[in-house]
Amino acid sequence: MSPRETKRVLGTAEPAIDTDHSDGTNAIGIRIGLRILRTGPAFILVALVIIMAGLNEYFLTVRNLQNLFTQTAMIATLALGQLLVIVVRGVDVSVGSILGLTVVLSGLMMQAGFENGLVHIAVFISAGALFGLFNGFMIVKGGIPQPLIVTVATLGIGRGLALLLSGGTEHIGMTPVVQVAGSGSVLGIPVPAILVGAVTLCLAVLTLKTLWGRWIFAVGGNPDVAGWLGVPRDRVVMSCYMISGAMAGIAGIIYAGRTDAASPLAGVGMELDAVTAVIIGGASLFGGRGHIVNALIGALIIGVIRNGLNLMSVSPFWEAIAIGISILFALELDVLRRYLEEKLRARAARAMR
Amino acid sequence: MKTPAPLQPIPSDSAGIVLEARNVVKRYGHMTALDGVDFELRAGEILAVVGDNGAGKSTLIKALTGAVHPDGGEILLDGEPVHFKGPLDARHRGIETVYQDLAVAPALDIASNLFLGRELRRPGIMGSVFRRLDKKRMRQEAERSMAELKFRLPSITNAVEALSGGQRQGVAVARAALFARKLVIMDEPTAALGVRETGQVLELIRAIRDRGLPVVLISHNMPNVFELADRIHIMRLGRRAAVVSPKTHSMGDVVAIMTGATRVEEARDPGV
Repeated sequence: MSPRETKRVLGTAEPAIDTDHSDGTNAIGIRIGLRILRTGPAFILVALVIIMAGLNEYFLTVRNLQNLFTQTAMIATLALGQLLVIVVRGVDVSVGSILGLTVVLSGLMMQAGFENGLVHIAVFISAGALFGLFNGFMIVKGGIPQPLIVTVATLGIGRGLALLLSGGTEHIGMTPVVQVAGSGSVLGIPVPAILVGAVTLCLAVLTLKTLWGRWIFAVGGNPDVAGWLGVPRDRVVMSCYMISGAMAGIAGIIYAGRTDAASPLAGVGMELDAVTAVIIGGASLFGGRGHIVNALIGALIIGVIRNGLNLMSVSPFWEAIAIGISILFALELDVLRRYLEEKLRARAARAMR
Repeated sequence: MKTPAPLQPIPSDSAGIVLEARNVVKRYGHMTALDGVDFELRAGEILAVVGDNGAGKSTLIKALTGAVHPDGGEILLDGEPVHFKGPLDARHRGIETVYQDLAVAPALDIASNLFLGRELRRPGIMGSVFRRLDKKRMRQEAERSMAELKFRLPSITNAVEALSGGQRQGVAVARAALFARKLVIMDEPTAALGVRETGQVLELIRAIRDRGLPVVLISHNMPNVFELADRIHIMRLGRRAAVVSPKTHSMGDVVAIMTGATRVEEARDPGV
């Protein structure tokens, strides 16, 4: 789609970007357009919520929103970890399997009669982190610079281990702490939503305010330069996979708590939702660009589409189509953003003359 | 992490020679890339290094920046013999290098790019334990040094990807100037740029020299070399064929020496 056509489609959002004369207003128009586009995913989410609320009076009820947040919490948690990996030019498709494996480990501990909640939580998170670290290690130190291939392999290994350890059967009944984490609520707010909020806050501070956060964008944006400027590139990349694994462990807690069971099939296919959420959230698959909050918004967009279509009793087959369309829409918004930035840059260069 | 002292080079010794190479040899198998080359960079000058392809220019620069280990000869920094273990070692000793590819992280802002790999942290426990960045101070320092170098940029908080090619390279050059304590080496810094953008970067290189930091400029572009350089080091067949002044020699002279059409009896300096 040429930029000109894109503009026509979205003409209402960006007035006054079409003319090449009358410099002042034109630049302002571009700026306003960019401002809107940079909030891109939030813009889509608000529009979707308005549409869904208009189509179904049940959508904005407290009960449904609680439901929506609980349903979305797992995808959101996985997406937050996935964002880090994608920022450093990788991808982690093993997160669904990591989730399943941590759930099974917790189930095995229950079967062995070991019910200390804090230990369960620690096992979920540290087993996930270890698995993630293994992914990162294979990619960086193992010399296999194709994250997709490596994590496809560990996706199989993780799921296989989960099935093997559980004997292919589901254990019912999890420890109380896990139950609360997955299905409890505080003042009407589901605990999974609170967990996601806390994790988002932590990762937002880490990525935006700390040295490590600066480094992941440097490594993703220009790995060679980051390397020769003294950024510990390998460790930065491995840390991202490790956090992605830990996030899968946290998503595992929510899964086990919601279902009150440890199924070896927990999390099958969720890796695609996680990657989708990150892409809808505007992160670049070429690395170096992305925002934690936008990954959360991406997950919410998927959640709203699913929940809304569900409420309207639309065939679930439409769901996949709707999510596919929103990916393409988000990518086109990004194309438009880049076009406008280029235009603004050319203008600035001319102004410097 | 130490706070850098921007644009305050440590004064070199009385002789005024910052970086020197004596009789440096480098062989790759049967091929001799450097055949006993001498090199001398003085305080406060822009020294251009020119030579035909294969004359040993890039090997010389690699030896000076620690990217290759010479097979013979010695390298002296401020009069003291040095053996660089690698490029990082050379950088720790105050030698910064700028390459022709635009060495920036696109999505980060200008201040972050200037401090890439040497970020400033908050004072106290927030910085040491929690590794919180001191964004405000980095922004201020970046603004100050860009103003000192008279390099015009839209805003220090702009993402680098919103800049033109010349401005981006300007950021890479300024970063080198900000952290180099002894000298800056620029390997074809304008090769990827257009004419106008090249002009911006050349201005910046001059500003760095005027701040007292010596610059080694490797370039194929003779007009640029003659516009900027205080002295021109000419490589031929792995040796220094001559060092000339752009005031006393023409471009034709330099090309003649480069290609061997003019023989120079000995590699003489054109005087101080």
